Amino acid sequence: MAGWDWAAFQKYLLNRYLLEGAWTTVWLSVAVMAIGLALGLGAALMRLSRHRVPRDVARFYIWLMRGTPLLVQLIIIYTGLPQLGLRLTVIQSALIGLGLNEGAYLAEIIRAGILSVPRGQFDAARGVGMPYWTMLRVVILPQAARVIIPPLGNNFNGLLKTTSLASVISLEELLRRSQMLIQLEFKVLEIFIVAACYYLAMTTLWGLVQRRLEAHFGRPYGAAPGRPSRAIEGTLLEQDAR
Amino acid sequence: MATSDLAVQAVGIHKFYGPLHVLRGIDLDVRRGQVVVVVGPSGSGKSTLLRCLNHLEAVQRGTVRVCGELIGYRETSRGLVELRDAEVARHRRRIGMVFQQFNLFPHLTAEGNITAGPVHVLGEPRERAAEEARRLLALVGLPEKAQAYPAQLSGGQQQRVAIARALAMRPEVMLFDEPTSALDPEMISEVLDVMTALSRQGMTMLVVTHEMGFARAVANRVVFVDEGRVVEDAPPAEFFRRPRTERGRAFLDKILH
Repeated sequence: MAGWDWAAFQKYLLNRYLLEGAWTTVWLSVAVMAIGLALGLGAALMRLSRHRVPRDVARFYIWLMRGTPLLVQLIIIYTGLPQLGLRLTVIQSALIGLGLNEGAYLAEIIRAGILSVPRGQFDAARGVGMPYWTMLRVVILPQAARVIIPPLGNNFNGLLKTTSLASVISLEELLRRSQMLIQLEFKVLEIFIVAACYYLAMTTLWGLVQRRLEAHFGRPYGAAPGRPSRAIEGTLLEQDAR
Repeated sequence: MATSDLAVQAVGIHKFYGPLHVLRGIDLDVRRGQVVVVVGPSGSGKSTLLRCLNHLEAVQRGTVRVCGELIGYRETSRGLVELRDAEVARHRRRIGMVFQQFNLFPHLTAEGNITAGPVHVLGEPRERAAEEARRLLALVGLPEKAQAYPAQLSGGQQQRVAIARALAMRPEVMLFDEPTSALDPEMISEVLDVMTALSRQGMTMLVVTHEMGFARAVANRVVFVDEGRVVEDAPPAEFFRRPRTERGRAFLDKILH
């Protein structure tokens, strides 16, 4: 039995090949999040539409993406579509597969956020003559953001790790590079622990960013990070007093 | 009377919520500079009437004109066609609205609330809009609150900012939907004072309210709405002294004890 090799662990901790893999994981996650936000916002607005057709289209998209495994989606896009003559690169496949999937989940989060904004805010925005998109951008979405960001952060945290699924279509992100390095150097435990440490570092950093975002969008309400706003505390206290 | 003298001209408005027939053929003319107070029992359709005037609610029959311009619809040879969102929005610029629940944008400061329309709808430069916002805040008696968020303001202060927000669009008509009903009693007068001052400056106002003192002192006309119809339309002195209808008398008995 070989036992745990500290020297190897330390060596791999600053391994350039692995660090590049981690970097791929980061930019892939950010790109997928951007695609997912665009698709999710579109699908959420369609689901809230007065008209039936966009509502049904969005519902179908969300149903399809959430109802099938991401792994299957990725393999279909990368390995299956060439059969129909559509050949995509690894990166394109990963961006499309992960982006479509993320968009479906974010759609429901964004929809919930928009629904959390009181009716009167829509009336007031209309009242000063705002057309639909201006109302969304200036009045509704900034308020929805406060509700959206905690679950959205949760999703991004998940996404940092979910991107490892792209290793099955040979995208050289952190997991894939770890596996490839192991095939060369046979230090299974050390290399996987290094990979785990990288993932932890990424999710920890994201946690800090999320806290700042929440503080930013909560400031007008007098909220401290991670705490309810004064307005919410006020109502709770009033209810206690009764 | 020439049409252009009319700030608001509603003809035969009908409004349904599903099977519920809320407005049953309302006709209402308001001349420029007039203050009209709309009263009536709860559920009589007063608020709905106001919301129909700026097309926050679509009417099923009838027409609304503000300063001669048809609101929410376009006249074609085959009748009225509802306008697209952007065009309706353009019509609403001329109609200011103040809500019972204030509805200030909670993520923006008082100044941000007031400049949102001018900057994002009218495309005014931020600097000029902010200057105008400070002037309006002084007008409603809150010159020191430009940087305060709604959560830091009392109800009366919020409603005054809401009035300033509506005024920032330089509307031709102001609609007030029970502007003091959500306020603590000691804050009602500060809002009514601002509204009174506004009427003195010649603003055309339609006010749904239960403040009969305000109606008596400021209104040119009191319009009594019941069951979706205009039942009485008279100068306040006349309406309060001797309502012409039985329903008007019953309503006054109830609210004046």
